[in-house]
Amino acid sequence: MSDKHAKHKSKYTIDRGIPGAFEGETVTRRRFMTGTAHTAGAIATSAFALPALGFAIGPIFKSTPHRWEVVGTAEMFPDNNYIPVVITLTPNIGEAGKSTVYVRKFNPEIDTDAYDRNTPYIAISSRCAHLGCPVRWVDAAERFICPCHGGVYDLLGRRVGGPPVRPLDRFYTRVNGENVEVGPRFSVNSELRRFSPRDPGEPLDGIGQYLYPSRPGAQKL
Amino acid sequence: MPKLPKLPLAPPMPAALKEAPPRPSENPSKGGPIEEAQQAGIAVVDWVDERTSLSGAARWMMFRKVPKGTNWFYTLGSATMFAFLSQAVTGVFLAMYYRPDPSGGAYESIRYVTNDVFLGQFVRGMHKWGSSVMVILVFLHMGRTFFFGAYKYPRELNWVIGVVLLILTMTMSFTGYLLPFDQRAYWATIVGVNINGTGPLLGPYLSDFLRGGSEFGATTLSRFYAIHMLLVPGAIAAMLGAHLYLVAKLGTTAPPWTKVEKRPELRETEI
Repeated sequence: MSDKHAKHKSKYTIDRGIPGAFEGETVTRRRFMTGTAHTAGAIATSAFALPALGFAIGPIFKSTPHRWEVVGTAEMFPDNNYIPVVITLTPNIGEAGKSTVYVRKFNPEIDTDAYDRNTPYIAISSRCAHLGCPVRWVDAAERFICPCHGGVYDLLGRRVGGPPVRPLDRFYTRVNGENVEVGPRFSVNSELRRFSPRDPGEPLDGIGQYLYPSRPGAQKL
Repeated sequence: MPKLPKLPLAPPMPAALKEAPPRPSENPSKGGPIEEAQQAGIAVVDWVDERTSLSGAARWMMFRKVPKGTNWFYTLGSATMFAFLSQAVTGVFLAMYYRPDPSGGAYESIRYVTNDVFLGQFVRGMHKWGSSVMVILVFLHMGRTFFFGAYKYPRELNWVIGVVLLILTMTMSFTGYLLPFDQRAYWATIVGVNINGTGPLLGPYLSDFLRGGSEFGATTLSRFYAIHMLLVPGAIAAMLGAHLYLVAKLGTTAPPWTKVEKRPELRETEI
């Protein structure tokens, strides 16, 4: 509404001599009908657009149930070397849902960090903390080595070379009778402090833990 | 800022395309089957044109004046568009065989297309190599526009639309790479999604959106498939229409080495 318009016309329809106007009315019927049509259009559009949007971004907020999977018996795992086992991260999609985990028994001489106490077994994820390629435990070098961009990790999964931004992720473990079970994943920073699971490439030291927030879909125990 | 001259909506038919009137010495045609077929064709086109006025739009689009010095570099945009059309056509036929099933069906359907379907290897090869051709052509076209200064006023908006088209093309490359679902496709996608995740604050949510969850899951492949074959092609087609409209509306630029010949009365006299 321009100033020129406002000077000449009152905001009351009755002053402007519009037929059928009544006391105190400021919205013309034409404006009311235009507004009604636009509102109806907006509601109709939102009625399909918002559910579709929610449908597409919903999985971000969905939390997946914790899975515990038997990976072997207690005597299978030494305390100074890793045994590779295959676990299922996502069921029902075949090989694409599986991942290799390196498991060994807790060793009080190596695992001196406070965060690792009361952990019966150490289970290290084979997902490289750089961009997610599968790392391999090389026994002779006592290192985890990533084939993609040359990430190297030591026996505890701490980065010793290459581009990774944090140590290898770990899994919760527990002993159920004779069986060793591997549970949900968690991430660690360079001091092996535990964090909710992050994706590869997301640092956890210093400001990193705030720049790369954990999501409701994946939380530590 | 200088005001742009307005183009008339429908430029006249070029003289070369106009039919010459019959010479008085020639016998006017008495009509025959060929003449009748011609008349029938004209009648059909006229019928459509009378109801749509499309011929004006077609002439506006096709018979544009181009500057002196227009050369082969100006065909890179059309070449990119034909690469896209080739991808669209081959993609439609590949979709007739493809199954976005992560538990083995996707890989098996691609294997079937490649090894068993008549001309399947050829159509899949067209789509696979054509994708690289399209990306290369997009960059050559972008380079031409940059080095010829064709992004300057009044064509900035067309440059912006072109950048959106570049991003959409890269999205097509990224989402299409997963579909064969072999080892290379799987691990390249894992790495690609994690690169998205390295963006601060929003990155983790973006990679969750791409995967459809916090892990590579049952719906990741179908999500990529839907983005690859429905969402992005539609967006590319719409943006391509806007891109072409602006090209026709604004015209093309002369190459930068073209010298402007000033009119004699505007020439400055040497002192």
